Amino acid sequence: MLERQAHGAHAPEHQGPVVIALVDYGAGNLTSVRKALAALGASVWTPTVPGELARAHGIIVPGVGHFDSTRGLTADWRAAISATVADGTPLLGICVGLQWLFEGSTEAPDVAGLGVFKGTCFIFTGSESARLKVPHVGWNSLTMPRATRLMAGVAPGTQVYFTHSYAAPVVDETAAVCEYGTAFSAAVERDRVSAVQFHPEKSGPSGLHILGNWLRDAR
Amino acid sequence: MLAKRIIACLDVRDGKVVKGVNFEGLRDAGDPATLARRYNTEGIDEIVILDVTATVEARQARAHTIAAVAREIFLPLAVGGGIRSEDDAAAAIEAGADKVSLNTAAISNPELITTLARRYGSQAVIVAIDAKLQDGRFAVYGRSGQSETPRDAVEWAREATARGAGEILLTSIDRDGTKAGFDCELTAAVSDAVNIPVIASGGAGSFEHFAEVFTTGRADAALAASIFHFNEKSVTELKQFLHSKNIPVRL
Repeated sequence: MLERQAHGAHAPEHQGPVVIALVDYGAGNLTSVRKALAALGASVWTPTVPGELARAHGIIVPGVGHFDSTRGLTADWRAAISATVADGTPLLGICVGLQWLFEGSTEAPDVAGLGVFKGTCFIFTGSESARLKVPHVGWNSLTMPRATRLMAGVAPGTQVYFTHSYAAPVVDETAAVCEYGTAFSAAVERDRVSAVQFHPEKSGPSGLHILGNWLRDAR
Repeated sequence: MLAKRIIACLDVRDGKVVKGVNFEGLRDAGDPATLARRYNTEGIDEIVILDVTATVEARQARAHTIAAVAREIFLPLAVGGGIRSEDDAAAAIEAGADKVSLNTAAISNPELITTLARRYGSQAVIVAIDAKLQDGRFAVYGRSGQSETPRDAVEWAREATARGAGEILLTSIDRDGTKAGFDCELTAAVSDAVNIPVIASGGAGSFEHFAEVFTTGRADAALAASIFHFNEKSVTELKQFLHSKNIPVRL
């Protein structure tokens, strides 16, 4: 399983479990993501050097906490991730992993995101009339502005679990919108690059369904 | 719209779920993983494991209990009791917890809140406050409600927030296990004082109590234990009731 015959969209149906690289850059806990992927039948490993990404059927960039932690995704990791994405390997960003795919965040203005999606992540702010608690914690509902592979079969109004203080703007590639004081990107998708602001691994059956949609892409 | 959360609390001792009244007189309520599985089916929004005797008996939250529960659910899981150091928190998180809840340790070492918030993010740090009405104010208690501190609950919630807490788990010692209703006065005072979510705890006895704490008490989430454990009320029915009262919940 060290070498892949072909990448992403061009890969033939392969035997055995889909092999997912879970990128660990030191930002929090990967246990629940690993557990959810295992429950869906995927084989997961954490690459130790960027070169290992080449053998992944799919790459997940997780993340909780501070945008600054994405500094851990050093130039060689960024290059390797960009190269595999260019090759057509499916990528899924989760939470800060979604934010990192944008150009940056006001949470850490000197740290650049990968810039796959245009825009800068912003902090939630309330207003005098609508006091807003930050972080945005809990189950909130989704609307889907367009049909995407990632959100296929997800009904409007489906609730998923969020925990974050910063959010990405709504863009052309937005696959799901959530409202918390303002509308933000709950999910994005462009070609084989997908990301979710919520935590599919903690969102019950709906979350597993969405993760399953993405894993099918990686097959 | 952001839903009000219903959280089930598993008070664990020696690997079993127990529940007492006013923090005393514990009785056996069964296996944590079995209960977690049932709550998951019923649509619980989150689970908290509290090793209620851990701090008193100087014992850490048991990793295997966390792992057993985490295997059953794809929901947020918080763990408290005996989290006294960064290493304790790391062990709980490694075992499958998404959040840790600090109580006594936060009182004696408030810097720990900041340390954990920097390492795991504020969303992973709950500060649990056990409060009791005393001489017209809400006094903070540590060590599972056994030792009084000079702190005021509202002030302490503000300080914990400033230090990096992502949520406050607020328990009324007066109401805990009594089924007399949440302390809405306490909950509203803390909820208005901080800009982070407040989880109300202690006193749930009827569906109306939940409706009250979400409206009058201005709670963002409500936590209960015995009302669910002994099959007195189902989470499903509770949510349908709240929905009928126009309180946003996850159905």
